[in-house]
Amino acid sequence: MFSNFDFDVIARSLSYLFYDGMTFTLTLTVLATIGGIVFGTLLALMRLSAFAPISLAAAGYVNLMRSVPLVLMIFWFYFLVPYIGQWITGAPRPIEVGAFVSSLVTFTLFEAAYFCEIMRAGIQSIPRGQIAAAQALGMTYPQTMGYIVLPQAFRNMVPVLLTQTIVLFQDTSLVYVLSITDFLGAASKVAQRDGRLVEMYLFAALVYFVISLAASRGVRRLQARTAIIR
Amino acid sequence: MNYNWNWGIFFQISPDGVHTYLQTLLLGTGWTLATAIAAWCIALAMGSLVGVVRTTPFPWLVRLGDAYVELFRNIPLLVQMFLWYFVLPELVPVEIGDWLKQLPDASFYTAVVALGFYTSARVAEQVRAGILSLARGQGLAALALGLTLPQAYVYVLLPMAYRIILPPLTSEFLNIIKNSAVALTIGLMELTARARAMQEFSFQVFEAFTAATVIYIVINIAVTFGMRFIERRAAVPGFIGSAPQAVTH
Amino acid sequence: MITINEVSKWYGATQVLNRCSTAVDKGEVVVVCGPSGSGKSTLIKCVNGLEPFQQGTITVDGISVGDRKTDLPKLRARIGMVFQHFELFPHLTVMRNLELAQIKVLGRSKRESAERGMLLLGRVGLREHAQKYPGELSGGQQQRVAIARALAMDPIAMLFDEPTSALDPEMINEVLDVMVALAKDGMTMMVVTHEMGFARKVARRIVFMDRGEIVEDAPAAEFFGKPRSERAQVFLSKILQH
Repeated sequence: MFSNFDFDVIARSLSYLFYDGMTFTLTLTVLATIGGIVFGTLLALMRLSAFAPISLAAAGYVNLMRSVPLVLMIFWFYFLVPYIGQWITGAPRPIEVGAFVSSLVTFTLFEAAYFCEIMRAGIQSIPRGQIAAAQALGMTYPQTMGYIVLPQAFRNMVPVLLTQTIVLFQDTSLVYVLSITDFLGAASKVAQRDGRLVEMYLFAALVYFVISLAASRGVRRLQARTAIIR
Repeated sequence: MNYNWNWGIFFQISPDGVHTYLQTLLLGTGWTLATAIAAWCIALAMGSLVGVVRTTPFPWLVRLGDAYVELFRNIPLLVQMFLWYFVLPELVPVEIGDWLKQLPDASFYTAVVALGFYTSARVAEQVRAGILSLARGQGLAALALGLTLPQAYVYVLLPMAYRIILPPLTSEFLNIIKNSAVALTIGLMELTARARAMQEFSFQVFEAFTAATVIYIVINIAVTFGMRFIERRAAVPGFIGSAPQAVTH
Repeated sequence: MITINEVSKWYGATQVLNRCSTAVDKGEVVVVCGPSGSGKSTLIKCVNGLEPFQQGTITVDGISVGDRKTDLPKLRARIGMVFQHFELFPHLTVMRNLELAQIKVLGRSKRESAERGMLLLGRVGLREHAQKYPGELSGGQQQRVAIARALAMDPIAMLFDEPTSALDPEMINEVLDVMVALAKDGMTMMVVTHEMGFARKVARRIVFMDRGEIVEDAPAAEFFGKPRSERAQVFLSKILQH
């Protein structure tokens, strides 16, 4: 069954696949994760605010991002970011942004909605007594959040945050719709150029599988080791 | 902002000569829902089976179930779709492969199968969690009455487990609807694909994508309300979701 | 030092405090007791503004707690509070628990805070545990650290909300001993507790609450000897059984 397949094509294109493709994928994953967690935590704090306009705005944003397919968001931001750039910088025409910047903005803003829900659950899981104790000692709201609540919430949520990162890693494959050369895009380009779809897609699947599996095993081990004893 | 807004574009005839742009979007919505519902049937059936299997006392079955879940969870959905669409026809005997490639609406069937199996792994996780969250005594009581293992699952464990996992299952159903958009890469003309086509032909980018966004939001709200209704109808008195409520004083 | 005047509080439509009035003078130890749901925990949490109240006034050292213009964090820094569930910060060592508020709220230097922290750890008998995490300590030890943490802020008064209710019986005494020593040193204390033995030893006055009201407010000897209200009599007889 596998006789007329040329698996050598994989070996020949390894450097393109990994040097061009995988670096894009990994860079996008890491940067979007960091940006997403920062923005997500901010959104979580906004959602938990007692000030209605702020919490409603944050809730609205999160619900919007969670109702819509990522593919659609990729298209949205691909066209929207140049206009926003024009509006921010006052340029005469929409700014040309590269594929990377557009993807980074998309993934950061999209995944922030998911990171927000994770951090919100984390913050709400901190016993109210902790906040009471911090306040009883005279700490202000920023101090209470910064020294007592967020450090604990974050630490509790690390396994879930990492799992979401793995999801993000897999989601980056969707930049395919803009013909961007991430790992899947690179595999696809080789496949179409050399007519070797079976070999390339099987290989791509294998690579994603191995990385995701190893990462999720790692998260599970981390989870076992770092639970805060209450 | 030098962009010409034209909300009237929806009522202009699209390049297919027959439908207005609005109608093409609605056609796309139909394909989205059809794909989602068909895939959901597969996801529920396979997911329940695998989820149940992973809670049985047979280690080899459990490991098989675990492998199933790991396989479908660690490969991106898009890659899975490509495997079903491009790779499968090449790996099967030539006649079957050719028949697959000639199938009308091949992208629909492929999308349904790919989405169905992808989601089934996640459903399996939910079902397993739901069953495990039940008190151990439930299963034991069922067996003590003389029910066989399959009977215990069907009549005692699963009815409660499904009620417990209705919320996360709703989430998965909403995910399936959103994930159907990925099938545009294999040619399925669902909603996002139609919006993209509308954008490409009419250049009214933001009108097209706004319409698609609004439609997804409406579907989301409808499903959420529908599921809440089902949850209320299916609720067992005295139970909030899972555990029996202790009487506190 | 602490005055509570005609304080009433509602949670939505339910009234939980009804025109409560009492006071704690400088150096006085007042014990607040009563059946479950009497509002005693709620009342004490109103004193440092952790719970808001709709009517009445509470002043601490002349500063009104309910006044919107009051700088609550600053006021709270001067009042120490000990909680039923200890509420040590689990992600910080014992030492860090003691230092954090001193540094961030009072602006003390790290060295000063560490010194004060160690001193107080010594006072509660837990010097060797400075670098441990709360999760490694027993309940009684955690509560003693919590007392030290509150004392590290050099408070003018200490509030205790059922400090021994969450402890196993064999650990209750180690905490009560610390509290007795504190009282003997002249600290102004308001203590919500069921521990009548402690109350008899150090309380100047007993405040008995039931269903959101202060039913009796009497000197300790009088309360234990001959409580005036029937509800207090019933309560005492139940509690003093064991």
